[in-house]
Amino acid sequence: MENNKIKIVAKDLSAYFGKTKAIDKISLSIPEKSVVAIIGPSGCGKSTFLRCINRMHETISNTKVEGEILLDDKNIYLMDAVSVRKKIGMVFQKPNPFPTMSIFDNVAAGLKLNGIRNKKFISEVVEKSLKQAALWEEVKDILSKSGMSLSGGQQQRLCIARTLAVNPEVILMDEPASALDPISTAKIEELIYDLKKNYSIVIVTHNMQQAARVSDNTAFFYIGELVEYDLTKEMFTSPKNKKTEDYITGRFG
Amino acid sequence: MNWYFYFRKSKGILFYTLCVISALIAIVPLIFIFYHTLSLGLKAINWDFFTQLPKPVGESGGGMGNAIVGTMILVGIGSLIGLPIGIFSGIYLSEYGNNPLGTLIRFFTEVLNGIPSIVTGVVAYSLVVIPMKHFSGYAGGVALGILMIPTITRTTEEMLKLVPRSLREASLALGIPEWRTILSIVLKTGLGGVVTGIMLAISRVAGETAPLLFTSLNNRFWHTTLDQPIASLTVFIYNYGVSPFDDWIAQAWGGALVLMLLITSLSLIVRNITKKKF
Repeated sequence: MENNKIKIVAKDLSAYFGKTKAIDKISLSIPEKSVVAIIGPSGCGKSTFLRCINRMHETISNTKVEGEILLDDKNIYLMDAVSVRKKIGMVFQKPNPFPTMSIFDNVAAGLKLNGIRNKKFISEVVEKSLKQAALWEEVKDILSKSGMSLSGGQQQRLCIARTLAVNPEVILMDEPASALDPISTAKIEELIYDLKKNYSIVIVTHNMQQAARVSDNTAFFYIGELVEYDLTKEMFTSPKNKKTEDYITGRFG
Repeated sequence: MNWYFYFRKSKGILFYTLCVISALIAIVPLIFIFYHTLSLGLKAINWDFFTQLPKPVGESGGGMGNAIVGTMILVGIGSLIGLPIGIFSGIYLSEYGNNPLGTLIRFFTEVLNGIPSIVTGVVAYSLVVIPMKHFSGYAGGVALGILMIPTITRTTEEMLKLVPRSLREASLALGIPEWRTILSIVLKTGLGGVVTGIMLAISRVAGETAPLLFTSLNNRFWHTTLDQPIASLTVFIYNYGVSPFDDWIAQAWGGALVLMLLITSLSLIVRNITKKKF
C-alpha cells in the first residue's frame, strides 16, 4: 500500500437491494498496478462491492448505491456508466463467452460493438489480448471456431482476453477460478500475477490460499462491513481483528 | 431382481409408450392433410397454373398466377407492419417490461391473440377501406400485419428472456451500450427462437381468408397498384372450393398445395439463412 499511487478510492460506499443493505459504508483504497483480494463468507457483500466499482450493481432493477467511488480522483458516479465500464473491466465467476461468436469475435466484441471498424487494428488487438491472457498458443489456429468449443479454463482466459481488448485500467474479477479445476486455476493465478504489471486488479475469492498467493493487499468483509484491510502477508500472519483470525484459520465461514 | 424392479421398469415403459403414441396421433392429421392435398392438388398444377390468370366459367385451363403473387405481396406488407412492431415490443417486454405498462401490454397482446381473425378484418376495413373508399391490397396487408403482432411479440419476449443474464452483464461490463447489447448480443443469441416465432406468424397469416374477404377482396386480373383489390390464394381457394364446377374445385386443391409448399419452402429458406454458425 505504501509506494504505489492510489487508483481507486471508495468513500463510505453503501449498496442496497431494495430495502436490504448489502454493504455498509465501506471505505477502501486500491493501489495502482497491484492486486487487492476481497475475502469473506458468503453473503458478506464482496461481490456487490466489486460490482459497484464498475457500476454493474445498478443494472439490477431496484438497487441503490450511496457514497463515492473515485477513479483517479474523479467520482465515477458522476461519469457516464458506459465510459466507466470501458476503463474498469470485469471477469465473472462463470466463464461467459458470447455463444453466437467465434473466438476471434468474442475478443473483438468490445471493439466492434463500440463502432471500431479498422480490421487491421482489431486483429492486432485480438492477438495481443489473447497473448496477454496466455491463450494465443492454444487458439491461434482455431480463431474462427465457437468460443463455446473451448474448455472451461480456456473459456475463462478467453473472457479475460475479451476484457483486456477494451484496454481497461482496472480489472475486477469475481471469483474467476471458482468454477475451474486446479490446473486451470493455477493458470489464471499466474495470469493475474503477470497482469498486475500493467493493470490494477481487484479479485473476490472464496479461496484463502488463492488470496494469499495472488494478492498484495487483502480486505476482509463480514456482513456488509469492512473488518480489516492490510498487506496480505500481514493479514495472513498476524491479523489484528479477532474475526479475521477466526475466518482465515477456518473457525467459521 | 424382485417384483419391484419389474414394477418400476414397466412403469417406465408405460410412460414411454404413452408419449410415443401421443406423438404419433399428433402428426397423423398432418400426414393425412398433406397426402390428401398432394394427391388432389397435383393434378391441377402445371406451368400455366403459376403464370396464367383464372379463366372465365366454362373455359378450362388457366391458373392462379395473380393470386400467388397477391398472397406474397399481402404477406409482405403484413410482415413490414407486423415484424418491426412485434419484435420491438417483444424486446420492450423482455428488457424493460418489468413494470405496470409491461403487464398491460402483455395483457392486451394476449387479448389480441384471442380475437377472431375476421374481427381484425373488420378493424382493417374501418381503418383503411372506409377512408380510402375502396378495397385494396394495403387494407389486406394491414389486417395481416395486425394479426402477426401478438404472436411475434410474445415469442420474441419469451425467447429473449431465455438468454442468460450473464451474457448481458458480460457485454455491459465491456462498456458496450445497453441498446447495442440488446441488439447484438441478446437478440442475436435468441435469434433462432425469434425466427421460429416469425415463421409461425407468417404461416398463420398466409393461410388467413376471413380478414382478406373485406379488405383486399379479390381480383381476377393482375393488379397494377396496391390501392386496388388484390387476389390471394386463400380467397381463391375459398371461392373455387365452394363453386359447383369440377375443374374449379380441382384448382382450389392446387391452390391449397401451392400455399402449403410456399410456406414450407419459405420456412426452410429462412431457417437456413439464420441457422446458427456453430
